[in-house]
Amino acid sequence: MRQIVVVGASLAGLRAAEELRRAGFAGELIIIGEEPHQPYDRPPLSKAFMASRVEREKLALRQSSRLAAQWMLGRRAVQVDDDTKTLTLDDGSILPYDGLVIATGSIPRQLASVPISTPGVHMLRTVDDALSLRSELPHSSNIAIVGGGFIGSELASTCRELGLAVTIVTPLPLLATALGPLADAATTRARKHGVRVIERSVVGVRTAERVTGLLLDGGTTLDADVVVVAVGAVPRTDWLANSKAIVDDGVVCDGTLAVTGLRDAVAAGDVARWPYPPLNGELLRVEHWTTTVEQAAAAAKRLLLGTGPAFAQVPSFWSDQFGIRLQGVGIPSLADDVTVVEGDPAGDRFIAEYRRDGELVAAVSAGSATALLPYRRELAWHEVTAAS
Amino acid sequence: MRIHLDTDQCQAYGNCVLAAPDIFELDDSSPVVKILHASPPESRRAAVEEAVRSCPVEALTLEES
Repeated sequence: MRQIVVVGASLAGLRAAEELRRAGFAGELIIIGEEPHQPYDRPPLSKAFMASRVEREKLALRQSSRLAAQWMLGRRAVQVDDDTKTLTLDDGSILPYDGLVIATGSIPRQLASVPISTPGVHMLRTVDDALSLRSELPHSSNIAIVGGGFIGSELASTCRELGLAVTIVTPLPLLATALGPLADAATTRARKHGVRVIERSVVGVRTAERVTGLLLDGGTTLDADVVVVAVGAVPRTDWLANSKAIVDDGVVCDGTLAVTGLRDAVAAGDVARWPYPPLNGELLRVEHWTTTVEQAAAAAKRLLLGTGPAFAQVPSFWSDQFGIRLQGVGIPSLADDVTVVEGDPAGDRFIAEYRRDGELVAAVSAGSATALLPYRRELAWHEVTAAS
Repeated sequence: MRIHLDTDQCQAYGNCVLAAPDIFELDDSSPVVKILHASPPESRRAAVEEAVRSCPVEALTLEES
């Protein structure tokens, strides 16, 4: 391959590009990024960066000195043509490739009931989103966060750290996807830290010149001068719509992360959906940071070698909030049964095992990074047997 | 290869321990991870590279010798 184009200039794109070089690719390497910025780390945006404890320069992801990439920032791929192996960019230019890495990530899911065009309504995905929200926080007397996932919950934690009044509105308990039946404990913890949690759905916004409140189901209204919509993410696949790539809640890949329908193309990160061996080939899409970096490395090698092992890394995640660090391995949402084997899930330290049909599918802990080690080992062993 | 840990950066996430438990060690009372084998054998390269990649705060670097 003479020229490899990486579409997406965030964690997945950068780490894939670095791995291409590490694996010996010496040709032209082009990285296209929609944002005007060099790759930066997103997890701090809802936490340390939002609290102004981390400076903007510190968000930059470290780059290998051997990267030697040509950056096309502020540019977007709008189409891929498999027949000619070319990309069309948003300025109309055509870019040929021998190999393609799809790493376009995801964008925040929008709510029709809470238009983001309303002044005072925010989303949180990019550093510019974070700066815009951060600039409004000091003047806010009541922040409302719609959604109780990682970002909503972490953001609420940061607001409390800053001494701000904050309400989370969500029909589900907090961290419902990550914690399953233990999510009620996350709601309890947030309330203990002074977060108001309203278990309702949002049906609309109230506005004057800007947002003044949220309309909730049941006919009640919540006053709010800043609203953040944090109801999950959708994979960024719009640009693949008219291509030969199969798009179905992400770009569908084979087990090795090669894109189905395209030649010499791989995918990594939030955008990639692939048959996960422990799920007997069921398609999975994972938005965790650690999964992204491993997929990036695996996809890069797959692209260069033309073959590779099934990607079967155990998903793992962490979340710093309300003074604790939650960590998990596996896929908690698969479980039909959860056992707390140590501590109190609403407290500072606990270990919980997640099982389906008696078999371990995940473990989650707080206050102990090493508690997960035996579980990760056990889950990895499952993968080997599932793949063989 | 030689592993270097920036102890000012390390926040004891323990992702490196999950990736390579024979190379890194962490106990819950320690503020930073401990490297058991700073110059691991070539046979452990894949796990070590995963450990370096998986650090959320980029506290680990791998120097080639």
